[in-house]
Amino acid sequence: MLYFSRWKVTTILLTIFVAFVVLIPNYLTSDQIKTYWPSWLPGRQVVLGLDLQGGVYLLYQIDVNDYKQKRLKALEGDIRQAMRDEPRIGYTGLSVQGDVVQLKIRDADKVSEAAKRLGNLLNPLSTGALGGAAVTEFQLDQGSDGLMRLGFAPAGLEKRLGTVVQQSIEVIRRRVDQMGAVEPSIQRQGSDRILVEAPGEKDPARLKNIIGRTAQMTFHLVDLNVSADEAAKGNLPPGEILLKQKEGGMPMVVDETPLMTGEDLTDAQTSFQSQTNEPVVSFRLSTSGARKFAQVTTDNVGRLFAIVLDDEIISAPRINEPITQGSGQISGHFTVETANDLAVLLRAGALPAKLSVAEERTVGPGLGADSIAAGERAALIGTVAVVIFMLAAYGLFGVFANVALVVNLILIMAIITILQATLTLPGIAGIVLTMGMAVDSNVLIYERIREEQRLGRSPVSAIDAGFRRAFGTILDANITTLIAAIVLFQMGSGPVKGFAVTHVIGIVTTMFTAITFTRLVVATWVRYRRPSVVPL
Amino acid sequence: MRLLRLFPDDTKIPFMKWRKWSFLFSGIASVLCFIFLYTHGMNTGIDFQGGTLMEIQTKSGPADLEQIRQTLDGLNLGEVQVQSFGADDDVLIRIVRQEGGDEAQTAVVGKVQAAFGDTVDYRRTEVVGPRVSGELAENGIIGVLAALALIMVYVWFRFEWQYSLGAVIATLHDVVMTIGFFAIAQLEFNLSSIAAILTIVGYSLNDTVVVYDRIREMRRKYKRLNLVVLLDLAINQTLTRTTNTALTTLIALAALVIFGGEVIRSFTASMLFGVLIGTYSSIFIAAPILIFLDPQLAGDKSAKKVEDDSDEAAEPA
Repeated sequence: MLYFSRWKVTTILLTIFVAFVVLIPNYLTSDQIKTYWPSWLPGRQVVLGLDLQGGVYLLYQIDVNDYKQKRLKALEGDIRQAMRDEPRIGYTGLSVQGDVVQLKIRDADKVSEAAKRLGNLLNPLSTGALGGAAVTEFQLDQGSDGLMRLGFAPAGLEKRLGTVVQQSIEVIRRRVDQMGAVEPSIQRQGSDRILVEAPGEKDPARLKNIIGRTAQMTFHLVDLNVSADEAAKGNLPPGEILLKQKEGGMPMVVDETPLMTGEDLTDAQTSFQSQTNEPVVSFRLSTSGARKFAQVTTDNVGRLFAIVLDDEIISAPRINEPITQGSGQISGHFTVETANDLAVLLRAGALPAKLSVAEERTVGPGLGADSIAAGERAALIGTVAVVIFMLAAYGLFGVFANVALVVNLILIMAIITILQATLTLPGIAGIVLTMGMAVDSNVLIYERIREEQRLGRSPVSAIDAGFRRAFGTILDANITTLIAAIVLFQMGSGPVKGFAVTHVIGIVTTMFTAITFTRLVVATWVRYRRPSVVPL
Repeated sequence: MRLLRLFPDDTKIPFMKWRKWSFLFSGIASVLCFIFLYTHGMNTGIDFQGGTLMEIQTKSGPADLEQIRQTLDGLNLGEVQVQSFGADDDVLIRIVRQEGGDEAQTAVVGKVQAAFGDTVDYRRTEVVGPRVSGELAENGIIGVLAALALIMVYVWFRFEWQYSLGAVIATLHDVVMTIGFFAIAQLEFNLSSIAAILTIVGYSLNDTVVVYDRIREMRRKYKRLNLVVLLDLAINQTLTRTTNTALTTLIALAALVIFGGEVIRSFTASMLFGVLIGTYSSIFIAAPILIFLDPQLAGDKSAKKVEDDSDEAAEPA
């Protein structure tokens, strides 16, 4: 137990030295690291959690029901179209009922033809050619009496959700990149959630606004022939709907089918209207979009057309002349900031599904700085108090234990830095707690040595027996603590997970230092002092 | 140099003699905890109930809690809790979960910010929707149960089943008492409280295992020694270690409670309590319970001679 080969000693000391080197970048600014720190050395700094550096944690939930309804409505339109193809198939009761679209075929002998047409609408997502089952988005349920139902195939829905999440992440990333904030982390969580973490973000409200808006832009023709009363009562001509205005004022009746959508836009920028210097958003259309726009404006000079964002009219200018260059302006009482935001949303594209915030945690920079200060203070005082106690209770061996404690601390911080694990305020608490519990290993060993010496063993034999007998206990005791900490790591989230991380790392390093470093120090002391009695 | 020794080396404190008292005390305390839990309930935070939490700091002078409360009541957000948080210009606002899913919760923040505008600093905002709060609560319970189960398996693996059962009972006792502590002190019970409970479970078992380890060693050495005597011996021998480790852990936790700030206070305070309880349970519950779990552990028919053999403490060979 007390013999250390030169090779072992070197390894232990080298590990500690490496840990020390890993820690140095934490005390430099990132510029100093780039200029002075050699690139072949690990140059990372500790990642501070949001509760220490301030920032925003946003967990978005995809509104799956909303998405399903949108898809089913689109499917309903497709079915209507399919049944209208020659030869026409008659049907009744085409509607969305809950999670399915259903319709009843009038003629029994047209049922098989109808089934064939409906079969074409199932939207295959993967062919299964490379193995694995073929997956379609929808599945057809044929009931008796010509009743046909199309609903989501479970595997298909799951696959679509996966794509939706992926697309949403890309849209969010495009939007946030343009805001110029510190680069946030955007990740998928589970099957239908997205986690956005933006450290150092100072304007959480604006960030939420930019991320959360569906930003579906559509252009509709306004129908001014319907009187306000009729509209209010809901008596609208077929194919037209009532939309309200964002800035207030009368709701307008528009064609339900949009002439163009945001997908026809290739660019959007903030600019200023020449006469009034009012901020506006000017946009450019794609070639096909420009063609559509030219056609519509030629056919409808004099009419209003509504620019609609997420089912709200933000502007409804008059078509004064045909617009053939494929560009235009949106004015709508914007400030420079809101115009910028809208331009960002248009450039990044619409979200494929509605997002809502399931969980939000925002910490201001003031609280973050206070938390760091409190954490550091507690850590310092706690460590000093433990050190004093160990000196009082174990004298010289207490000094050994304290050195081991410092080594432990260095190792914990180094591992956290290398793994780029997030350090949170509970994480700092975890480190302090580990300091208190780490000395346990030393206490176990020392008490054992003391006992063995009282039993009559010689110093070296007592120390040897002390270490040997204590190891089994140290292992058992620490493993039980470790199990609890690992379970916490699995089920925790946010700052609490930070605690579990430092606690787990702390337990492992504690075992390491007790088994190697403390033993080394004691062994070295024995070799050089050749004590006749162990001062415990 | 005279070293600090809290206990002399050959203490012969008759811990086992007091076991009837300790069981009684713990039993009553546990029942009281349940009663308190039932009558007062716990101060569950938004992590498990959903809702909104905002910590604000008034910019000009100490906060007028009454005024703040009135302003919030005027927003019609349902039940609102306003309390001082640490310094006297620091206020914690808790707003109950709103009807209507996630959007309604997020809207609350906007309304409060509109009401107070620039007169306060928004230090921290937390919003938890109904779905996530349900999941956090579920995960919390599963986590604690899973940890207990895993540890039971591990201790069974390393010792005999009686030890495993004893350890679990002692740990459950600690968990119940800690939950009672939360109920009585009305400390906020949220995700970090589950972290505290799991840590207490870990610490309590750490302590218990050390005692069990010594008991097992004694049993191997003195095969025919009466169980009660053996348990007393084991605990007395590990007493210094138990108290020293408890002390260092308590010192570290005390530093955290006093200097660590208000944000983690419920977390650190509950762990402080837990370490005390964990140490108590290792000595007064985990060990004596072995007597009840299997009298055969006593080795032989000496189960009857429990009181008489107390002076048969064998001297080390």
